[in-house]
Amino acid sequence: MTALELAQKLKGKFGDMLAEPVEFRGEITLKLADAGRIVEVCSFAKSELGFDFLVDITSLDNYGDDPRWTIVYHLYGIGHRCHVRLKTDVSEEGSEISTVTGVWRTADWHEREIYDMMGIRFRGHPDLRRILMWEGYPYFPLRKDFPLAGKPTDLPEVAFTRPAPLEGGPFVTVAGGKDTIAREPRVRIPEN
Amino acid sequence: MQTRTEIGFDSKIEGDVIHTRLDAAINWFRKNSLWPMPMGLACCAIELMAAGASRFDIARFGSEVMRFSPRQSDVMIVAGTVTYKMALAVKRIYDQMAEPKWVIAMGACASTGGMYRSYSVLQGVDHILPVDVYVAGCPPRPEALLDALIKLQNKVAKEPVLSTQKKVPA
Repeated sequence: MTALELAQKLKGKFGDMLAEPVEFRGEITLKLADAGRIVEVCSFAKSELGFDFLVDITSLDNYGDDPRWTIVYHLYGIGHRCHVRLKTDVSEEGSEISTVTGVWRTADWHEREIYDMMGIRFRGHPDLRRILMWEGYPYFPLRKDFPLAGKPTDLPEVAFTRPAPLEGGPFVTVAGGKDTIAREPRVRIPEN
Repeated sequence: MQTRTEIGFDSKIEGDVIHTRLDAAINWFRKNSLWPMPMGLACCAIELMAAGASRFDIARFGSEVMRFSPRQSDVMIVAGTVTYKMALAVKRIYDQMAEPKWVIAMGACASTGGMYRSYSVLQGVDHILPVDVYVAGCPPRPEALLDALIKLQNKVAKEPVLSTQKKVPA
């Protein structure tokens, strides 16, 4: 069974809740309209369709758009060796989605990382603490409105941060430039 | 025929006695057994391991005894990216090392933060520790580390030991 057929089966079960599977360069993506049913969809994908391996959960910050967050689940089945990507939007207001740790236990750390970097909370998570930054760090550094250089913080005896000197940066590499000079990292001010 | 000079070692007269300054003797002992505290935090640590292995053989310079206890080490080799989360732990280990102690900042990250101009990386370990030798490179080759060690040895050899010795209060 191919990934597309599996995605069609998932779509067949949940109907309008899921958008049509989109194929891009051999990868299948499904969009879930209602983030509240993510656990249901994931349990079905695991128990009935053999997606027994959660590769990763990532998150996007669509800064300026509504809804602001997109959570991306990368599913894989060790039995059938097919990948499917599952996306769902979460609004900034709640910034909350149900945990899938009940489906795949490995989701625990993936969700902690998203909480740490983006500040999206996972309802029902068994241990929702920061995983990379320390407890007490006040920001969510992968958000688009967080400066690349960082912000100053101080937590005595634990850690501190200072903004990094960017010297005119950030330095941006451009792919596909005609020569090295056009491609190499340089200060490039966005045109808008 | 041997000529006898005013100063120097003559075993016929002096037996097994060598005249030198105490400073020079102590420094000579110190510089030839600088035991490193391997603070391996990133890929530089791989080059540090290579420097310790047979091909580059840091033992030629008396520094083969990597000590994982700060109590037993003389020179902390900070090999890698120091994140803010790790920074205070590095500082604490440095504080636990017994005097005299030295620091080598190995590689671009430990020296300046390297390519990580970001929220999570300390922009050079010299913000929290007094660094004696900086090593450029990303990562530096083992030869560069050995060169840094030799530079540190030369520095240790010139240090005034007795005049800076902490006096026991009477």
